[in-house]
Amino acid sequence: MDVQIALLLAQDGLVNGAVYGLMAVALVLVFSVTRVIFIPQGEFVAFGALSMVALQAGRVPPTLWLLLALAAAVLVVEAWRWKRGVTVDWASALVWCVALPLAAAAMVLAWRPASLAGQAAATLVLITPLGPLLYRLAFRPLAQATVLMLLIVSVALHGVLVGLGLLFFGAEGSRTPAFSDARFEVGGLQVTGQSLVVVGVTLTLVVLLFLFFGRSMIGKALRATAMNRVGARLMGIPTELSGDVSFALAALIGAVSGLLVAPLTTVYYDTGFLIGLKGFVAAIVGGLASYPLALLGALLVGQLESFSSFWASAFKEVLVFTLIIPVLWWRSLRSHHVEDEE
Amino acid sequence: MSAVQTPPARDTAPAARGFVSRRQATVAAVALLAVAWGFLPEFTVVVATYIGLYSLVAAGLVMLTGIGGMTSFGQAAFVGVGAYATAWVCTSPMAVAALGGIVGLQGLPWVGLALGLLLTFAVAWTLGAVTVKLQGHYLPLCTIAWGLSLYYLFGNMDFLGGQTGITGVPPLVVLGVSLASPRALGVVVWAVLLLALWLLHNLLDSREGRAIRALKGGRVMAESMGVDTARYRIKLFVLAALLAAMSGWLYAHMQRFVNPTPFNLNIGIEYLFMAVVGGAGHLWGAVLGATVITLLKEKLQDVLPGLLGTSGNFEVIVFGLLMLVVLQRFADGLWPTLARWGQRVFRDVPPRAAAQAGTLAQRTLPEAGTVVLEARRVTKRFGGLVANNAVDMTLRAGEIHALIGPNGAGKSTFFNMISGVDDPTEGEVRFMSQAMHRMPSRDFAALGLGRTFQHVRLLGQRSVTENVALGAHRRARRGWVASMLGLDRAEEAALRAEAQRQIVRCGLGAVADAAAASLPLGQQRVAEIARALAGQPAVLLLDEPAAGLRHLEKQALATLLAQLRAEGLGILVVEHDMEFVMNLADRITVFEFGAVIAEGTPAQVQADPRVLDAYLGGEA
Repeated sequence: MDVQIALLLAQDGLVNGAVYGLMAVALVLVFSVTRVIFIPQGEFVAFGALSMVALQAGRVPPTLWLLLALAAAVLVVEAWRWKRGVTVDWASALVWCVALPLAAAAMVLAWRPASLAGQAAATLVLITPLGPLLYRLAFRPLAQATVLMLLIVSVALHGVLVGLGLLFFGAEGSRTPAFSDARFEVGGLQVTGQSLVVVGVTLTLVVLLFLFFGRSMIGKALRATAMNRVGARLMGIPTELSGDVSFALAALIGAVSGLLVAPLTTVYYDTGFLIGLKGFVAAIVGGLASYPLALLGALLVGQLESFSSFWASAFKEVLVFTLIIPVLWWRSLRSHHVEDEE
Repeated sequence: MSAVQTPPARDTAPAARGFVSRRQATVAAVALLAVAWGFLPEFTVVVATYIGLYSLVAAGLVMLTGIGGMTSFGQAAFVGVGAYATAWVCTSPMAVAALGGIVGLQGLPWVGLALGLLLTFAVAWTLGAVTVKLQGHYLPLCTIAWGLSLYYLFGNMDFLGGQTGITGVPPLVVLGVSLASPRALGVVVWAVLLLALWLLHNLLDSREGRAIRALKGGRVMAESMGVDTARYRIKLFVLAALLAAMSGWLYAHMQRFVNPTPFNLNIGIEYLFMAVVGGAGHLWGAVLGATVITLLKEKLQDVLPGLLGTSGNFEVIVFGLLMLVVLQRFADGLWPTLARWGQRVFRDVPPRAAAQAGTLAQRTLPEAGTVVLEARRVTKRFGGLVANNAVDMTLRAGEIHALIGPNGAGKSTFFNMISGVDDPTEGEVRFMSQAMHRMPSRDFAALGLGRTFQHVRLLGQRSVTENVALGAHRRARRGWVASMLGLDRAEEAALRAEAQRQIVRCGLGAVADAAAASLPLGQQRVAEIARALAGQPAVLLLDEPAAGLRHLEKQALATLLAQLRAEGLGILVVEHDMEFVMNLADRITVFEFGAVIAEGTPAQVQADPRVLDAYLGGEA
């Protein structure tokens, strides 16, 4: 291996690491706010990427039908809860179940955007509401359950979504054209425009999230919920709001990641799962709680994957997923007394 | 179809109302299955054998998930280890050449079994040990990663045949009889399954079983009863993994070839579906779940491709939705529903009493007046907050010492410091004249500390007797293997007798067999005291024992505590009920803002101006 190859691998690792970083941030966000270990995070990546592919091919992405079906189901559930005397926040329900799905339907069916940017926007509007809708159907009824129970639900949901992905998009993989075809040469190293787009978008998103959590009222409410669920509820922050917003952000981040990776690699219906799990390995570096450590972990995972694909490409996945063992061992060195689970 | 399709369970046996015990019904169902086995069509036999193989894995998951409060998505990988180990030993020219001469060709599968169990043990122990100190969700996450890693490893190892796998695995030969046909091997599969269920059933009905169930009730409580939760968690995980590996070994010799596909993460998740759908808290739930999922999968693979117009692994959609419904609506799975029907049909048999009760370890209590528990300058900081500031306190054998103070004064933090739940930032805790720096609460328990909790921590679904018997955990010593084989009966009888004695002593005799959660809160607190007493403690830490008790119950409690004091116990009570405290305590320590503001007899404390200030609010 010479310096040239090493730099190339490092660049590759950085780009992949950026995407894993986005996954990790979404996973930490959802876990800290709702205690859900959100295994299906990766499915948003695949759904986002493959919906984009469908839009570019002039087809209606089947995820639209999923969105409409979920929206209808949630409306039914809300109506049923309302009838049973539960206070239903209709404003938020209408946003997620009516406004956004209708916007997505209008964009996909009526507008049919031809530009790359328009298609990307349609994809984001299409995928983002899936997050809160899935939350309301699968997780909200179990808000009091243990982390373990929520994890099992998460895995079941992952099964459903992967199965639906296969049904919607078939077993063949697809790619999308790059957002940027530019190529630069920096000190003898080829840098593609697309990798700059990936790193740039990731950085922008991270900064935006930082501002969102630091400055906005909703962001602060989410942070408060993450720190102390009961306390936040007593202060008047509805559990529902935190669930909705964190899952919407997770879905949005997933869809953006999908748009970013689709030009770099062929995306299959189950590709997202592996990407999401690598995000998990990164998030675990940060104990599912720290954003900076999770991002750092993502860079580590990206580099490990990139260099192991050079030295031992057949064992690339094995090495990446086995990383979790030393990481957990390192984390367990810091704990001494047993604690009770939530 | 036939009896084989349903588990050999209580509901399938011919039963007259109330005349048959569950044990008899189970035996009858098994006998029915055995008789019918020879006449069943080939296809049914194959399906039934698979159900047996899957049930074995699911039974391990029931132990983990429903009973131990852990879980694993990677059991398929352990099945894979068991299958690949024997396949490699039986087919690799190198292994055959090296071992064939020693054990003979027919002995190779047994070497394979040993190798598979050994590898599984090593891997499961490592995964368990790495995650054991972390919160519970790290182990399942670890099993996801491990399940995927192993799948890729199987597919990329040349000596394991890569994606094609290994063909030509020989059939098992037992005592010269070849078990090549599913009909022959199925007998072995079901025999192994039933044996495993019997062993697990015995394990759960023992001292060790109570400790395993306590894992789910919160580790702090289990540790305070003297259970080494880390060790139990690892052992339980290893046990489940070994069951999976055993299933894999049988699977390899049934299929006669192995490839990576059946050991993928998806299948690992399917195993968990079986356990959860069947009823993750019940051993027979594993068999029920394996049956339901296997038959459903068979059906769905027939129906779905036609329905959806394309073929693929679509049954996972249905399984996932089924799982969501079960978890949201029937969190305990399907088995409890069946068991409820069974209740109407079957006779309840009182647990067998051992012919002779064994003896439990006895502790010699320290002489009255010796210092048993001592805190020296104990300070605890949480970041900038000083919860305990240089607290000094001593507790002597044969006295009742009360800890009082307004809410938020740091009493609970102090309780944690002196019971090994947490470590002081500075200062020293000595218990029975030993420095307890960084010692876990189970070591306190072993030295003779019994305690109750401010928020009651009982296993709500278990009877009061079971809960109290857990308190005597450290006084008995029979382990997992002895319990599985039923060699612990004398000791178990002694434990139950001791539990019964403490229950009666605490005035709960009438509710000994009731589920703990069905008791009013005051009685639950008393049950916690009985549980602590079952450990024959030298020191008793009681966290608000009188809260929720009625007047007469309080008097009874005071009488009991006075009696225990006379027996030489040192008792430390945190309590808000001043009348109760002042009448009972020999000495009182008063906390405010994390520091001791007064110490002395009730009369001295009542006269102390700083105490009056703290309680009644002084002039500003």
